Amino acid sequence: MRSVREALTASRRAPLLSALGIVTIAFSLFAFGLFGLVAINIRRALDQVEERVEVRAFLGDSVEIESVTAAMKDIGEFPEVSRVDYVTKEKALERARKEMGEFADVFEAGVLPASIEVHLRPGMRSPTIVKSVADRIKTYRFIDDVRYGEEWVEKLYRLRNIASVAGIALGVAFAAVAIIIIGATIRMTVLARAKEISIMRLVGATDMFIRLPFLLDGLVKGVLGGLLALLFVWVANRVINEYFLETIFFDRQLIFLGVVGGAVMGVLGSLFSVGRHLRRI
Amino acid sequence: MIRLTDVAKEYPRSGVALAHISFAVKKGEFVYLTGPSGSGKTTILRLLYMDDKPTQGEVWVNGVSSKTATGREISRLRRRLGIVFQDFRLLEDRTAEANIRFALEVTDAPKATIRSKVARVLTQVGLASKATSFPRELSGGEQQRVAIARALINDPFVLIADEPTGNLDERATRGVFQLLRDINSSGTAVIMATHDLDLVRRSNYRTIELNHGRVVFDSSESPASARPFEEPYEVRETPPDSTERI
Repeated sequence: MRSVREALTASRRAPLLSALGIVTIAFSLFAFGLFGLVAINIRRALDQVEERVEVRAFLGDSVEIESVTAAMKDIGEFPEVSRVDYVTKEKALERARKEMGEFADVFEAGVLPASIEVHLRPGMRSPTIVKSVADRIKTYRFIDDVRYGEEWVEKLYRLRNIASVAGIALGVAFAAVAIIIIGATIRMTVLARAKEISIMRLVGATDMFIRLPFLLDGLVKGVLGGLLALLFVWVANRVINEYFLETIFFDRQLIFLGVVGGAVMGVLGSLFSVGRHLRRI
Repeated sequence: MIRLTDVAKEYPRSGVALAHISFAVKKGEFVYLTGPSGSGKTTILRLLYMDDKPTQGEVWVNGVSSKTATGREISRLRRRLGIVFQDFRLLEDRTAEANIRFALEVTDAPKATIRSKVARVLTQVGLASKATSFPRELSGGEQQRVAIARALINDPFVLIADEPTGNLDERATRGVFQLLRDINSSGTAVIMATHDLDLVRRSNYRTIELNHGRVVFDSSESPASARPFEEPYEVRETPPDSTERI
């Protein structure tokens, strides 16, 4: 209770410094938030591409429909598979003509084989899993060929891995910069109260007693800075949506995580600044 | 109560600040620490309130040893010490009463206790009528009295005073010194570092004189005629490493 009172009193005594602190934290978290926005939109784009990963099994000419139906039922029960569709020769032709409009005349009836389209569950689209499903499908004797864009799937996964590693590295770097900036901001408050801290120690206050109001200060500034940063990111997202390209904003869970992240960074920044000051005096 | 055994203190930049210091202070004793600037008076006081540790030897204060004291033990010890400085160290944005109260608030003392103790020490130092004054509204002597009141609020067993009259005129010096004598006569030991040899001469308290970090005279062991130094001391800036950090 005393720590809350102390933290509030300190903010009341130096409102400009406190406001400056919150805005500085907001800007550092804004940079972090913009990075997060880019990261989730890249991830969404990759997810959308990934959804198109499917295995297509082409059927031989003289196959009995009962065998195909039985195989489709079997394949549909594979744990990796979400849906299995049968594409007749006519449907394949119709699709090809639709997709390649200017070459529509090239395709004649019966030139394209019937096929089974195997859709995979989310998280089951890695090159290894796709290959394993394709290999199992190949074992049916009436299957002529199985295609799943092997090279394309591998490239997509490599890109996804690179994006994940770069995302984590940049995220950590942005978070570290934010913590340092928050630490420097809290340090201004610490220095403004240096005399008070030295007297506190002189009269027997424990380090925890001295630290606690600053940690609360960091927590509150982190939360307020986080909320302000979210507002900035939201405005930036609206502008990008309006004038450049369609993007998504953070969902509720990410917004909550962002605010908690701001609070954690505020506390870490305070710990870092006050600890350093207490070691020096 | 207080014992220093073969204490030495060395700083990386300014070298030896103290060497072979051994003395004890009894309960209720009044001790002057005298000597020229840079002789080690402030360093000894800092070792007493455990703001620093000796490079060699051991300091014992009220059962707490410099060798083994933890941060928490040091905090607890400081609540039983009164510490006063030449520059008063008051918070400018708080009234005299709030400055004194501050020392009890950091120990989480109950509000009723704080109120009664603050009123008592304000009366004791003769500033009951200035309770709501801010430091800038008080004279130097009055500010030092507020600092002394803050030091007294926790009923210390010893009052450590580092040049408490250094910034005061003669009249204020006499007043503050009398206050320290009164505090001592009520049973609190006083260890006072001072340049003011007139002050030392006017009273008959124990005097420990330092020079170049060594004890060169202790009136409890040698006759006054054995004092080796000319007076007055040359006053100069203290070396950076031995300045007060708290």
